[in-house]
Amino acid sequence: MASILDKRLVFVTGKGGVGKTTVAAALGMAGARAGKRTIVCEVAQQERMSGVFRREGVGYSETQLETDLYAMSIDPQESMDEYLRSQIKPSALYALLFDNRFFQYFAAATPGMRELVTIGKIWELAQFERRNPSASPYDLVIVDAPSTGHGLAFLQTPRTFRDTARVGPISRQAGKIDAFICDPQSTGVVAVALPEEMPVNETVDFERELRDEMGMDLDAVVVNALLPERFDPEEAERIEQAAASNGSPGGEAALRAALFEHRRARTQRAELERLSAELRRKPVTLPFLFEPELDLRSFESLSADLEAVL
Amino acid sequence: MSVAHLVERKEILICAGAGGVGKTTTAAAVALGMAQRGLKVAVLTIDPARRLADSLGLPELGNEEHQVEIEGSGELWALMLDPKRTFDDLIERHAPDDRTRDAVLSNRIYQELSNAVAGSQEYMAMEKLYELHQEERYDLLVLDTPPSRNALDFLDAPERLSRFVDSRSLQLFLRPGRLGLKVFGRGTGMLFSVLQQVTGVDLLQDLSEFFASFGDMAEGFRERAARTGELLADRRTTFLLVTSPRRHAIDEAIFFHRRLRERELPFGGVVVNRMSSLAVESEEVDVAELVTLLGAQLGRKVAGNLEDYEAMAARDRENVAQLARELDHSTPPILVPYLEDDVHDLRGLAQMDDYLFAAEAVPASG
Repeated sequence: MASILDKRLVFVTGKGGVGKTTVAAALGMAGARAGKRTIVCEVAQQERMSGVFRREGVGYSETQLETDLYAMSIDPQESMDEYLRSQIKPSALYALLFDNRFFQYFAAATPGMRELVTIGKIWELAQFERRNPSASPYDLVIVDAPSTGHGLAFLQTPRTFRDTARVGPISRQAGKIDAFICDPQSTGVVAVALPEEMPVNETVDFERELRDEMGMDLDAVVVNALLPERFDPEEAERIEQAAASNGSPGGEAALRAALFEHRRARTQRAELERLSAELRRKPVTLPFLFEPELDLRSFESLSADLEAVL
Repeated sequence: MSVAHLVERKEILICAGAGGVGKTTTAAAVALGMAQRGLKVAVLTIDPARRLADSLGLPELGNEEHQVEIEGSGELWALMLDPKRTFDDLIERHAPDDRTRDAVLSNRIYQELSNAVAGSQEYMAMEKLYELHQEERYDLLVLDTPPSRNALDFLDAPERLSRFVDSRSLQLFLRPGRLGLKVFGRGTGMLFSVLQQVTGVDLLQDLSEFFASFGDMAEGFRERAARTGELLADRRTTFLLVTSPRRHAIDEAIFFHRRLRERELPFGGVVVNRMSSLAVESEEVDVAELVTLLGAQLGRKVAGNLEDYEAMAARDRENVAQLARELDHSTPPILVPYLEDDVHDLRGLAQMDDYLFAAEAVPASG
């Protein structure tokens, strides 16, 4: 755990539906508990982090949720606005540019610009010297990043702009951001998976692509929602025998559920093993919670689990 | 409710939903099911998990259709979309001359960032769909929408792309010659130099060329995008929402359904994958009976396990009931249980078939 919470910036990615937001929130809580001033950023405008804390949407503002724990939803338009304001002096010139509808058109049409300004804002949050001198710096920035399909392209955006622009301010700034992201002292990447076929494949692919394309290693792989092994093979056999004889409907349902649970837990273990065999780093696991909906307490429990295993 | 009923007299089925709910698998299972029932079907997908691709007989990523060996009287074809290839093809088609075509294809912004053009993946999927539909070689086309940050990106894609290529004004603006200044008046020169300050001369030059060459193709692009957009609303098209019974996925499905209604797009039905509620049935559990059968320790464990499953099943039923209310109970959700193994081959898809093509769906009210 020491290593990942000691980074300045941590991207949390994974296939859609595997629980990225859950892991990002749990990591953020662990960071705050460790006494680090921590902010969790969302980029998909879904405001799920504030939902965990039963808050109204936090929007594009650094909003405190708990001691040392903040959240923010990063909006590309606002990020662009803020960036230009800081770049263009005097402010009259900024107004000229920003109010111009052709410029707005240009900014919206330029490929990758939304991603660049988003990641630019994330980078800014992770700097000790903030753009706004009165803003307090963070020790740790956790990003609930786009899913793996888009995640790599997202991380590559600064590099692409650095190379495409070659010279000039955008190239320079993009280069700075890229260097920060690629520096393992500053930045970490956590992949979240489920112990299932497709998420395992996608995680293995992502690890390879991250290394090949960016020269980066995953700092942790979190396998989410692992079922407990409630029954050992001997018990499963006894249940199977009992299921073969006639019983009451309730009894049969219970036996079927137990066998189903046993087989699913076994399938999950096989996928977990496959993932472990293919990865350079041993994955850590979070338990499946038999809760209808995850509440704040569930998150605290997952966060403590993560702290213990990472 | 059966999927067969939903696609009756339809030529296009679009599967949409949040990430990780089994969209690709559902699209493949529906396509297979309809092919086995005698239709000539093509399923279009972007980047499915490799084993699913293998099971369908798909080789490496390619824009070509491949036939999948199946039992039954129909035909199943599958293709994995390559958005960049489709984009290149589109440029080839719309470029007024070779010079423009080469200018775009060799432009560094295009090469590096064409995948980042807002909505381009989504649009390219639709573009290919439109092309195949025009050719009239299939009875039914099934589209697995690309995994996007937001399922709604898909609906906005044609409009966004045509806005993007309609950059005549932009090219004038970025070519600060006399014409540009005349059109935009005073201040533009100043504006341009500020922009140059922010972006750097090189980047602005590339962007300028990029937009300029796209501007020449705007008309053709816009027309095509408009027709592609119309296809979404056509009565021969139907949308199938795919979701899991989890809160977040259900919320997204409800939101998506509302948007379809607002835009008067043809909603067909909902498939809910991974229902816990079908794996076990709600029955009174007699702990004493289990204890007699299995001994005290194991008997209690088995009873406790069922209780946990019941709680999850109750939640799933509740979430699905909410979805059903949202749909006015007019189209009961098609429920697919949590299958023991991950679905990743024809056998797994056939298992889904039992539920997707069941004559009657299990009532969702719980």
